[in-house]
Amino acid sequence: MTTAGKFLTNTRGGKRLHITDILSYIYLSLGTIVMFGPVLWLVMSSFKTSGELSKFPPRFLPYKQEQVVLEGFDEPLDVYQVTLEDGTVKNLVQTKRIGLIANMIDPENPDEVFKVPIEDRVALESINFNLDNYREGISSFNFSRYLRNSVIVTVLGTVLTLIVNSMAAFALSKYKFTGRDFIFILMISALMVPLSVILVPVFLVMQKAQLLNTLSGLIIPAAATPTGVFLLRQYMLTIPDELLDAARIDGASEWRIYQQIVMPLSRPALAVLTVFSVMWRWNDFLWPFLILSRNELFTLQVGLQTFQSDLTIQWNLILAMTVLTLLPITIVFAFLQKYITTGIATTGLK
Amino acid sequence: MTVKSSQKSGDSIVESILNPITKTLTNILDVIFGNLQKLIGPTNMAYVFVLPNLLIFGVFILFPMLLNFWYAFTGGVEFQPQNRPYVGLKNFQQLFECESFLDPNSCREDIFWRGAYNTAGYVVVQVVLLVAISLITAVILNRDLRGRGFFRSVFFYPVLLSPIVVALIWKWILQENGLFNGVLTGMGFDRVQFLTNATWARFWVVIMSVWAYMGFYTLILLAGLQAIPAQLYEAAKIDGASDWQQFRQITVPLLRPTLLVVMVLALIRAVQVFDIIFAFTRGGPGTATLSLVQYIYEIGFASPARRFGIASTASIVMALVLVIATLIQLRINRDADAA
Repeated sequence: MTTAGKFLTNTRGGKRLHITDILSYIYLSLGTIVMFGPVLWLVMSSFKTSGELSKFPPRFLPYKQEQVVLEGFDEPLDVYQVTLEDGTVKNLVQTKRIGLIANMIDPENPDEVFKVPIEDRVALESINFNLDNYREGISSFNFSRYLRNSVIVTVLGTVLTLIVNSMAAFALSKYKFTGRDFIFILMISALMVPLSVILVPVFLVMQKAQLLNTLSGLIIPAAATPTGVFLLRQYMLTIPDELLDAARIDGASEWRIYQQIVMPLSRPALAVLTVFSVMWRWNDFLWPFLILSRNELFTLQVGLQTFQSDLTIQWNLILAMTVLTLLPITIVFAFLQKYITTGIATTGLK
Repeated sequence: MTVKSSQKSGDSIVESILNPITKTLTNILDVIFGNLQKLIGPTNMAYVFVLPNLLIFGVFILFPMLLNFWYAFTGGVEFQPQNRPYVGLKNFQQLFECESFLDPNSCREDIFWRGAYNTAGYVVVQVVLLVAISLITAVILNRDLRGRGFFRSVFFYPVLLSPIVVALIWKWILQENGLFNGVLTGMGFDRVQFLTNATWARFWVVIMSVWAYMGFYTLILLAGLQAIPAQLYEAAKIDGASDWQQFRQITVPLLRPTLLVVMVLALIRAVQVFDIIFAFTRGGPGTATLSLVQYIYEIGFASPARRFGIASTASIVMALVLVIATLIQLRINRDADAA
């Protein structure tokens, strides 16, 4: 009981390593493997050739079979390390395989043919990060088009979200006007209304507004995020009103106050919202999937899903494209993880 | 340190490009909004500021919400609302037309019920597992250990991945020649077709979603743990409280509000689960992992006979379940508070 208790309450550990500390480190290390392992496995797999990918059991690192080109043979030939009957070990090239016997020759001395049982030979391989999947994937997958769409939607969507949400947050935090509380509660309660609940009518609205199959249709509707309004409003409440009044006495218009006083002072909150918004937009699937049916407008997520639900699933290309899709968000995370984690911890929202 | 400095230099480059543009823009906007302000007065400018957000919100969230009811109470195959005849509660009756509610096969809308039962099972198992693992992880991360920041990021990282990417990662390690089967054969077992077996598919859907979402809840719980004042523990120690007593008497009650938030959020999201499973199994094998939202999507958009009335009705039923489940949780919490 006391061990369990120590384990549960200990926030400032003692000098010596307690058994609970060791248990904690074991848990965290296992956790690291479980959380990163699958991603790392995918990344490693994306560098393998199709032949290597279909091998079982699979290996962690990507390997390449050593090959040489010999005169008289059209294809490059695989090199094997062979233990000969007299015990010597030689690097030989396989020219032909008949059942369990391989015909092998020494590249130095191509005339002599060794007949080797296949269990006596080991493929000569080296670690090799093969980029063919990326090359082929980018060309056959229309990657640049999807990337372009994703970037446009992410950038313009985020800019629009920041402008629209900060204006609303400014009004809701710095003015007293009829209907203010009602509007605020209305917007916040929308957090409870997920897109999935209004699929049919929202599709109609998009159709009537002629926004189906347009990038604007991806950018505009998702801009009025309740999370963003909430986050910015809470932050702007902490800006002293006296500052605004002083500016008014100096003759600044309300717009100028918003743009030149409130916005610069809200930079930390705006930064958090920017990171959130980039994450939402980049990863969004359901909304673009619903309103886009033309391939040239697909975002990366929709493109990837279409590509993977294709009947002739080409894993080697999908793996490479998945890595390219998760790369930008991983880089953003690596640099801005502090913003993200504090943002979530303070708002309780994602 | 490096992050900070690189941000600063990045900022200054961006600023040097953006500054002239924003200045001109500011002046133009200032003239426009300044004149507007003269016209309507400074207080009314609040409406101008709130308008763009409200407009987008009203058109794309509020209005569709109301329109949903129109679809639910009208029938026929027409998509345009004015062409749909009013049918009253017929859609609801059709959805609930079952000989036995326990057997989806006896229902007229059997797939709806399959989706509902799948989702219900998923919600119960996933939420319990998710909250439990997040809580354990948060408690451990709250300890004074080396590399806390690093481990916190590790658990959080999958939260940033898109549902499609998460599904592909798991599909890849679970496929026939994948990592898991490699480990299984290495231990002397036979290979398993994980995603074509109904039980295994359901199992992995839960595991995958816990993997993908736990970092988010861990972070919120960790913030809750860190908000508990250290003096409380010190005072308890002086009074001779054991560690276990401290956990029961201080940590648990003070963490309860955060735990409630986490449970409500996890529940709301679990009920709406769609994209991650859709990309992972497409609801298969058969309908083994078909979720309620996928049913709504399929019946409203993917099937040749688009049944908008039924789709809207199903989404209203789902929204009702969500509200009721949330209220129950809040109620339980209030009763626990009173006790």
